[in-house]
Amino acid sequence: MFMFRRKERRRYGRSEFDGVPLAMLLPGTEATVIRVEGGRGLVGRLCELGFVEGAKVRMLVSSGSGPILVEVKNSRIGLGRGAAMRVYVREEGWQ
Amino acid sequence: MAIKVAVIGNPNVGKSVIFNNLTGGRAHVGNWPGKTVEKKTGGCTYKGVDIEVIDLPGTYSLTARSVDELVARTFIVEEKPDVVVDIVDASNLERNLYLTTQLMELEANIVIALNKCDLADEVGYEIDFEELSTLLAIPVVPTVATTKKGMDELKDAIIEAAKRQRKMIKMSYGRELDDLISKVEKAILKDEKLSSKYPSRWLAIKVLENDEEVLKKVEGSSHRDEILEMSKAREILGEEPEVVLAERRYNFISKILPKVLKGEKAMTLSDLLDKALLNRALGIPVFLALWWALFRFTFDVSGPLSDLIGMSFSRLGEIVRGAIAHEQLASFIADGVIGGLGSVLVFLPPIFFLFIGLSLLEDSGYLARAAFVVDRVMYKLGLHGKSFIPMLIGFGCNIPGVMAARTVDKEEDRILTILVNPLMSCSARLPVYILIGGAVLGAYAAAGTYSMYILGIVLAVLMALLFRRVIPYFKGKPSPFVLELPMYSRPTLRATLTHMWERGSVFLKKAGTIIFLGIIVVWVLSAYPWEAVHVGEKTIIEGSYLGMLGHALEPIFRPLGFNWMGAVALFFGFIAKEIVVGSFGVIFGLGAEAGTQEIQTTLREQKIFTPVTGLAFMAFTLIYIPCVATVGIIYRETNSWKWTIFTVVYEIVLAYIVSLAIVGIGGLLGYA
Repeated sequence: MFMFRRKERRRYGRSEFDGVPLAMLLPGTEATVIRVEGGRGLVGRLCELGFVEGAKVRMLVSSGSGPILVEVKNSRIGLGRGAAMRVYVREEGWQ
Repeated sequence: MAIKVAVIGNPNVGKSVIFNNLTGGRAHVGNWPGKTVEKKTGGCTYKGVDIEVIDLPGTYSLTARSVDELVARTFIVEEKPDVVVDIVDASNLERNLYLTTQLMELEANIVIALNKCDLADEVGYEIDFEELSTLLAIPVVPTVATTKKGMDELKDAIIEAAKRQRKMIKMSYGRELDDLISKVEKAILKDEKLSSKYPSRWLAIKVLENDEEVLKKVEGSSHRDEILEMSKAREILGEEPEVVLAERRYNFISKILPKVLKGEKAMTLSDLLDKALLNRALGIPVFLALWWALFRFTFDVSGPLSDLIGMSFSRLGEIVRGAIAHEQLASFIADGVIGGLGSVLVFLPPIFFLFIGLSLLEDSGYLARAAFVVDRVMYKLGLHGKSFIPMLIGFGCNIPGVMAARTVDKEEDRILTILVNPLMSCSARLPVYILIGGAVLGAYAAAGTYSMYILGIVLAVLMALLFRRVIPYFKGKPSPFVLELPMYSRPTLRATLTHMWERGSVFLKKAGTIIFLGIIVVWVLSAYPWEAVHVGEKTIIEGSYLGMLGHALEPIFRPLGFNWMGAVALFFGFIAKEIVVGSFGVIFGLGAEAGTQEIQTTLREQKIFTPVTGLAFMAFTLIYIPCVATVGIIYRETNSWKWTIFTVVYEIVLAYIVSLAIVGIGGLLGYA
């Protein structure tokens, strides 16, 4: 397990727990990716699909359990709950 | 001299259509050496230049994580194609350019085919492809593969690109990283053997990314310690370099993007459709309805065609038998060769129509949604969301079912999906249920048939759970579900047919030869010793090697209540399970063409089965070894005798246990 801390975050004076898991977003909300956790394989796959720091995501379908559908880098990615819990995001408008 | 062109792109960009356009549809399909990844090659001559086209697997990236990616990148690095055509989806530019950045790192001679330009227009994008070409220093050709638009221009660009060495631009990853990369690169350049073979900057980047394959190459280098020492500097970054590099590649893309891409994507039909089709309450019913429609389509349309093929071949067999004087030769050609071919070819219509239906679902973008919808359930069952489609196809025929497991990305999940696939009750088993159920289950015949389908599903789930627990190879949870859902699109007839042919022809070639050989072997076993089998006009199977085998096997089947006839029928069923029906016909001396009713009457008269042993026989037919063609395809897809033999053995054991349980429980309940 790796955890990726960003220097930037320290610069903004935030704690490392300021994000929420992507899985928690409500449908229709937009957010910005702050970090991805997990094994190397999963992190790598999510990165190449566009889940990198600063990427904008928009939740399209989510129903409390089961996989979610998000838009990232203009494509739609279905993510299982487990994977969606590993992507930490900051909701838009949250300062 | 021929130009060697590799075609690469993300999944769902229309790569196979472009490949077909370039090669005129004449492709040689095989496997990459030692891999289960399909390799397609083709060629064409354009303006007097021979072009050899190699289709690389669809991938998002070029890491060493998956076989597909490794195959693609090894080809580019080792075989050094003259030109690499990178197919980029114009309606999904940002994500697609990620692969392009990696091809740039590989210093490939790239030509970008900017495909789906029509779709990009439709959703409201305006792309300045000339600007894109300038910024990347890569020729860009706008195309619409489905209407063949831009194909000649693409070929022109390929020939043009092959003539000259492309001016490479170096992507910057930020000053810190650039410094680090050049330090490692310098160390690599000292080892001439390494740096003359591979692009040195690419090696440096991969060393920093901790890429297993590249690290292996570096291990053997004379300057190993120096290179690795330099790469230790990655600790400076304070985080996983792979993640940082991915981020920087995307940074590079987002700097270019505003200069080439104008317009905003409006709310599309895809958004609306996804709201409905992926809805928690609606998703599953819609999926079930579509699935049911697919099966009706497949079997209703293909049924008459299969009958026609079956009839034609038995007619042909009769004609040949009459025309050849030599008795054994006539039997060999009529029963062995023609009968064998016929029994293979009757599978063609259902398989091809199933593939048409599936291609329609896939090309329209729905199939990925189906995997999404069922992932919730599948995950709990220890399988992957993507395993569901192979299982579904298995209800039609296990062969395409096993082949469809290719879409499951993690190797362990894929093998597991293949192992349980034969438990899906394929269409070939239905005639057996109808025969035996109708003969001995009376009013419960239909219920008995349905129960077999459910039994198959339940066993597949139980086995998947069991294998996950017990076999170390499968330990752990299914890999996380990550799947891109492509935009919905209108499938075109040409693309659908191409798709169908690609999959279907594999069955035709590979499975065809295996089934055919199997049939010849069984024919020999059932026809010899010639004098013992052919007494006057009559054929006595009991005297054949197969009959002897049946008698030898009888003690094993006695606890289940099957006699030697059942054993022989099951043995025949190994060729194709519906042959179980015909073989009862042959055993009873009624001939292979005997009607179901005739056989049922004899089954009842001779009291071959009681209701309980009949049900046990149906269950045994469902579970025991998949047909010879499925075994062949399992071997091909797993590339391992170990898994193939394992599947055969576990299914025989499971069939025996379940049948014994049915007989035992039936006995306890007072049924004989």
